[in-house]
Amino acid sequence: MTTPTYSVTRSSQAARVGAALGGLVLILLIAAPWWAGRADMRLMGELFLYLALASLWNLMAGYAGLVSVGQQAYVGFGGYMLFALTMFGGLHPVAAIALAGVLGALISIPVAVLIFRLRGAYFAIGTWVIAEVFRLGFAQISTLGGGSGSSLPVAIVRSLASKRALRESLSYWLALGAAVLVITAVYFFLRSRKGLALTAIRDNETAASSLGIDIWRTKFIVYVVTSAFTAMIGALIFLQKLRISPDAAFSVNDWTAFVIFIVVIGGIGTIEGPIIGTLVFFLLRETLADLGTTYLIVLGVVAIVVMLKAPKGLWGLIRSRFDIQIFPLGYRVIKRNPS
Amino acid sequence: MDWLNAVVQGTLLGGLYALFAAGLSLIFGVMRLVNIAHGDLIVLAAYLGLTVTTATGMHPLLALVLVVPVMAAIGYALQRGLLNQTLGDDLLPPLLVTFGLSVIIQNALLEGYTADPQKLSAGALETASFGLGGLTLGVLPALTFAIAVVVIWGLQRVFYHTPLGRAFRAVSDNQDIAQLMGLNRRHIFGLAMALALAVTAVAGILLGIRTSFDPSIGGGRLIFGFEAVIIGGLGNLWGTLAGGVILGVAQTVGAKIDPGWQILSGHIAFLIILAVRPNGLFPRISA
Repeated sequence: MTTPTYSVTRSSQAARVGAALGGLVLILLIAAPWWAGRADMRLMGELFLYLALASLWNLMAGYAGLVSVGQQAYVGFGGYMLFALTMFGGLHPVAAIALAGVLGALISIPVAVLIFRLRGAYFAIGTWVIAEVFRLGFAQISTLGGGSGSSLPVAIVRSLASKRALRESLSYWLALGAAVLVITAVYFFLRSRKGLALTAIRDNETAASSLGIDIWRTKFIVYVVTSAFTAMIGALIFLQKLRISPDAAFSVNDWTAFVIFIVVIGGIGTIEGPIIGTLVFFLLRETLADLGTTYLIVLGVVAIVVMLKAPKGLWGLIRSRFDIQIFPLGYRVIKRNPS
Repeated sequence: MDWLNAVVQGTLLGGLYALFAAGLSLIFGVMRLVNIAHGDLIVLAAYLGLTVTTATGMHPLLALVLVVPVMAAIGYALQRGLLNQTLGDDLLPPLLVTFGLSVIIQNALLEGYTADPQKLSAGALETASFGLGGLTLGVLPALTFAIAVVVIWGLQRVFYHTPLGRAFRAVSDNQDIAQLMGLNRRHIFGLAMALALAVTAVAGILLGIRTSFDPSIGGGRLIFGFEAVIIGGLGNLWGTLAGGVILGVAQTVGAKIDPGWQILSGHIAFLIILAVRPNGLFPRISA
């Protein structure tokens, strides 16, 4: 008689195939400047930045339970820091992007201390108030163009790379790099000890607390790290746009509504969700954008229907049907019959 | 005298903010729902008022007779048809569904009425004023404040002295037991939303008479209402009026210092109160 042996593993066939395919796609994407046109590269660059924003928002809302509708605060802050640090600090744009992240983390600390006093939905609106304070505050700074905003001087744009083609490739690679960095960071964070604590908090806050997890501190760390990354993405977004104004930088529609729709449609609380959501979002946008406002109404309806009928999003539907996980986070027990 | 004037004008403005906030406070009190589309519903009411006044030539305040029941009906239908499905222990669905609703309403208004700023014309009422102890007060702001006091008094009365209010308080305390006692909570929630949007209708019409409006301003109105609720303390309607007044005064005093600081100083006042008194000034229930 043979007794089955059991082994515990994180990896799976799907994860290995996914990793191999992902690697191939990544190589193809890195090589995009040699095969894609200018317009395609611009679009893909934008897609990567949205993917990064969505992954970050998903980490906050889907894992830490911090539903923010005010992440545009950090997108705009990062954008303005890029402009301020390059124009008045004389920094190289890439250095300015990194520093924008550090400054984003610093400013998010007092913000977190204040708005963590609000719970649930009131926290959400509280984050919006913060974003409004940022928007109105930056509109008061006349050296940055006040309410009408300013453009990035040509000399600074040139300092990135003198040739336009190279500049566009560089900006594309930065966006791709940001998306890969964010997804990798989220993945390894969730696999770490802290990530396990976070998942425990997501599943049951009281139980997690009774096991000795410091809930406030864990959420605080997630908020600060997310804000830092969001500020860096914001700096990258406005490096692509080359022009900034308070209304564009702190737009709740562009940097929060779309991001929320991406995550909800793709599947909140999964790493795969934002990836699928971003692809669906851009597909919808490229096909329906001519409809203008109708497109946004359609998007809102789709998000509501998904939230009510399939709260785990598209990836949740796929996963419940095929039981696969491309980014393995959980452990599974596998039964092996010795041959 | 200038400063006293700013404080008095701010107090009257606070009446409008309290009206923005009253509906928000009511539905949070009854069903713990925070409606992110609340500001857009205020703007929707203003546009309904615009349609009624332009179609019939009615005075905007008279248009309330039509707009209030329409908004109440929308509220009931919205709650029974959509929002009831989102209620539960998880706070994500109501938040994201009302957020989606906010985007839908905003863009539907944009489609129907374009982005042009509109205004409800109330004739002589807009500019009428009266003197009071050396200050000159607008009739409209004073009327708005009086309406706010009456509305909040009425809501308080409904809440604590009527069978409907008893039902509201019962489902608020414990939904399941209220259900066992023969209350249909879905219906009660529908009625609460209807009442909240009836108040929102009043707020929307008064907003439309006071200033020009366009489909994009809903988010800002939501924030003002929310700040008034938090400053006053959750679940306390008179506190909400006080919160609205504090917000209004902070804004007019801020505008007196520098016109660019009007809205910003309101937000800063809110953040200071949040830092010093996280549960608001007159809390009744904890969130």
